[in-house]
Amino acid sequence: MTTDIINDSVADTHSDDHHDHKMTGIKRWLYTTNHKDIGTLYLWFSFIMLLTGGAMAMVIRAELFQPGLQLVDPDFFNQLTTVHGLIMVFGAIMPAFTGFANWMIPMMIGAPDMALPRMNNWSFWILPFAFAILLSSFFMESGAPNFGWTFYAPLSTTYSNGSTAFFVFAVHIMGISSIMGAINIVVTIMNLRAPGMTYMKMPLFVWTFFITAYLLIAVMPVLAGVVTMLLTDTYFGTSFFDAAGGGDPVMFQHIFWFFGHPEVYIMILPAFGIVSTIIPAFARKKLFGYSSMVYATSSIALLSFIVWAHHMFTTGMPLFGELFFMYCTMLIAVPTGVKVFNWVATMWRGSMTFETPMLFSIAFVILFTIGGFSGLMLALTPVDFQYHDTYFVVAHFHYVLVTGSLFSIYAGAYYWLPKWTGHMYSESLAKWHFWCSLISVNLLFFPMHFLGLAGMPRRIPDYALQFADFNKWVSIGGFAFGLSQLIFLAVVIKCIKGGEKAPAKPWDGAEGLEWTVASPAPYHTFSTPPKVD
Amino acid sequence: MNRSNQRWLLGVWLFLGSLISCSAWAETQLNLTKGVTAVSREVYDLHMLALYICTAIGVVVFGAMFWSMAFHRKSKGAKAADFHESTKVEILWTAIPIVILIAMAVPATSTLIDMENNANSDVTIQVTGSQWKWHYKYFDQGIEYYSVLSTPREEYENQNGSFAGNGNSKNENYLLEVDKPLVIPVNKKVRFLITSDDVIHAWWVPAFAVKQDANPGFINEAWTKVDEPGVYRGQCAELCGKDHGFMPIVVEVKSEQDYSIWLDEQKALVAQAADAEQASLSASMSKEELMQLGESTYMAHCAACHQPTGLGLPPTFPALKGSAVAIQGSIAEHIGLVQNGKGMMPPFGKQLSLAEIAAVVTYERNAWGNDTGDLVQSADVKATGGE
Amino acid sequence: MTQGTAADAKLKQTQTSNSKVTKKLVLVVFAMFGFGFALVPLYDVFCEITGLNGKTNTSAVSYSDAGIDTSRTVTVQFITRNAKGIPWQFEPVINEITVHPGERKFVNFHAKNESTQAIVGQAVPSVSPGLAANYFQKIECFCFTQQPLQAGEEVEMGLQFYVDRDLPRDITTLTLSYTLYDITSKADS
Repeated sequence: MTTDIINDSVADTHSDDHHDHKMTGIKRWLYTTNHKDIGTLYLWFSFIMLLTGGAMAMVIRAELFQPGLQLVDPDFFNQLTTVHGLIMVFGAIMPAFTGFANWMIPMMIGAPDMALPRMNNWSFWILPFAFAILLSSFFMESGAPNFGWTFYAPLSTTYSNGSTAFFVFAVHIMGISSIMGAINIVVTIMNLRAPGMTYMKMPLFVWTFFITAYLLIAVMPVLAGVVTMLLTDTYFGTSFFDAAGGGDPVMFQHIFWFFGHPEVYIMILPAFGIVSTIIPAFARKKLFGYSSMVYATSSIALLSFIVWAHHMFTTGMPLFGELFFMYCTMLIAVPTGVKVFNWVATMWRGSMTFETPMLFSIAFVILFTIGGFSGLMLALTPVDFQYHDTYFVVAHFHYVLVTGSLFSIYAGAYYWLPKWTGHMYSESLAKWHFWCSLISVNLLFFPMHFLGLAGMPRRIPDYALQFADFNKWVSIGGFAFGLSQLIFLAVVIKCIKGGEKAPAKPWDGAEGLEWTVASPAPYHTFSTPPKVD
Repeated sequence: MNRSNQRWLLGVWLFLGSLISCSAWAETQLNLTKGVTAVSREVYDLHMLALYICTAIGVVVFGAMFWSMAFHRKSKGAKAADFHESTKVEILWTAIPIVILIAMAVPATSTLIDMENNANSDVTIQVTGSQWKWHYKYFDQGIEYYSVLSTPREEYENQNGSFAGNGNSKNENYLLEVDKPLVIPVNKKVRFLITSDDVIHAWWVPAFAVKQDANPGFINEAWTKVDEPGVYRGQCAELCGKDHGFMPIVVEVKSEQDYSIWLDEQKALVAQAADAEQASLSASMSKEELMQLGESTYMAHCAACHQPTGLGLPPTFPALKGSAVAIQGSIAEHIGLVQNGKGMMPPFGKQLSLAEIAAVVTYERNAWGNDTGDLVQSADVKATGGE
Repeated sequence: MTQGTAADAKLKQTQTSNSKVTKKLVLVVFAMFGFGFALVPLYDVFCEITGLNGKTNTSAVSYSDAGIDTSRTVTVQFITRNAKGIPWQFEPVINEITVHPGERKFVNFHAKNESTQAIVGQAVPSVSPGLAANYFQKIECFCFTQQPLQAGEEVEMGLQFYVDRDLPRDITTLTLSYTLYDITSKADS
């Protein structure tokens, strides 16, 4: 491992120049290499994408409110579900976590900025470009991609509409953005830690992002590969996935899910980091089992590479394949369970208060665990034959991604808003956001378990009558949940504009270097690295 | 108990209460079906085992959390304890979950071994998915047919944007009914050989706990042995394009006797259809007959893509109204297109009778203002190489 | 700037280390991109070894006269399917045949181009159960080559095969399926 490098002067020689002319207006945001600015850009971008993908979900739920085709035709419905998935995964969740990484990692390790600030700027700015390409496909004659965010071949190759090229191009750019961001995170954490901050002294938040960055570097290129194969199969006559030319459509699924499974862990490990920061702060008690949390996160990351075919149990796998993937998938429950128990043990015999960050974090632990339970059930191959491609799966992944990842993002946002803006957010308005979201999100996703068990497949714009009642409630929950996110927007805008002045450390149980600097954090922090014992 | 604790409990009860009141909806199915085969019952039992275990773990873990939230709070004067590690406890809560997982893996493994045993079947049926229907071929019986959604278009198309519906009430088996179901005998091991003609589909009947992907160019096997005669419904379970939600599966399980009667009937039908085809060669249908049969054939088989209005959904599904194919193009080419398909359009030569093809081509050449005045007869269809 | 040269030296050290690590990571990125493509032949090799996806040999195998196992029989079923858009008649002359492992057999498939144009067809075989694919040896198969047929032309195509003696004893039935594709646009002239 590289030795820690004392970097007390790294920023000194740089910042002298920059202090004198800080750009303003549009130029500031276009050319910034400052990790705080870039973090802000990522966070705003991800929220806009959340609302965009959310709007598509609202149309989906409006169509599914009653049996019958009321609003949209089936092909457009497929476009909506596809782009909703792509936007939420690549436009909302991943950039939000990247925003947190940018804002917080340098401060948490006592570094003046990310290791590669100019690449950081590129990493962000290619994202709006990528999504403009993707969203513009809605205005093409044939419409946007309509083959699901998982774009199985040959539906996405031989039988696709004309949007495949746009889709591939957009995904390539998103991938490059993620890879550059991940490289930046790894180099920053490896090289820029303040003296005295050994790996096992880093906040768990930094650990989870470190491990996530490695996962990104390993699997995003595989996505780039499979999407390139898709392009050549569709336009250049190759036959990777076409049986007529000696190819195999199931191979697509193997390569895709080899990326896809680590991808979902990429979307949850940072959440674990955020929650592991907030719960100790509001329980006023150190995180239980720090080292086992590190080992558990690492084991989850490693195991994530050998479970991919649990998405493919119905493809015609032989028995030993099914058994191998079933056992490995079940095994991931062990380190995940360890983490949950450690969070509960942190709460246990603490001295808790329940400000909004804590509320979202506790809701995360409970509801993510419910998502984990449905995941464990899905791992059991014989029963998966009944669950696969039904609303049971939709319930599972929305629990882990919405009440999991998204709730952790809200928790982190509330936790660090005082540091970012210098003001305390309105606790009462924030609590409205929490309770409205909590109730509506469960109304939205819990009945989906029942729908799946009752036999409703996923990705259908219309359904048999026995599914009508639950779908109605789900849609109502959906509209309520969508509206509730506007409360968050109000909280943030209000907080930026003003509010009670925030001290350097507004949360008395909080720990970490970020709380040693003023609120709002100065534009340049830790130009001189702090001493860490 | 202070106010905040009361509020907590109220919240918990409300949540639970809402769940319990759900189960009062008698017709709304909450749980997986037990199904009608030994395998489906094993699967159900495994599902319930997993559910019970997860619920128990949830009660313990969430219970501890709620307890902690109630009593370990600063407002109650709780002082934070000091501990933040314990190797003993960590080992315990790593080992116990492993034991629980093994307890689940053992029955899962044995059920899976049962499910993968495709040997010694009594009946073999070739199941082929295509956009957007199923095709069944009884191995060694000379019986094959397509199975297409039979819910009328008017029942599901409500696109006047109104939630009041389109005035056409939906029947009990809305979207789960077909024109010709698969028929299998009860108490016999039936083996399915599943493939696809185009994209990946999946054949799923929840009551049998059978779901296998239909991969183009490859075959997958599945089997079932049903205990109870009856009608069982399923759906396609892999996104396959725009009408993925409109290609259901209906299986009629008959007693052995009824099954052999049905087999004989089908064979007779095949012979009859062959005769009818022969007869239609010399028959000459009037324009009214052609347009009537043509319209019903068009609505059942063509309108999904080319739309009832004939306007299609360009560029993927071309318009027929005002099109070169239906107006200027030759009748022989038009017939050839319907029989053999082209690109994404499937061939209908085997699915439709000579009379139906003749009628639908006539319809397409005269409807929507196309008005070519062309009349096509079965003999013309046969002449272009049809069967 | 009293810390001058010492500070500069440290800055340089960090920057060098940054670029070293970055270069290594970029290499990993390219390696993983290559790995994604390498998965393609890896998948094929894995499937060949295990017969996982039911793919059989794509080039002729010579008959190994290891003798016939008369202690058991295997039922081989034949099914055919036309992929979308190929207007041929295509079916096996017989539906199934009972063989001894190690015994050489010859069966025919009938094909007729029912359209008004010349079409080149390609038959793609698939065996179920997948594990049996490894033991199903094709000595001669029309699926090894493209099949051009003129409009209206019909032909009998042959398949010569044997089932390997090492076929696991618990497999008593195996099904060979051919899917017929229209590859006129991709065919070699």
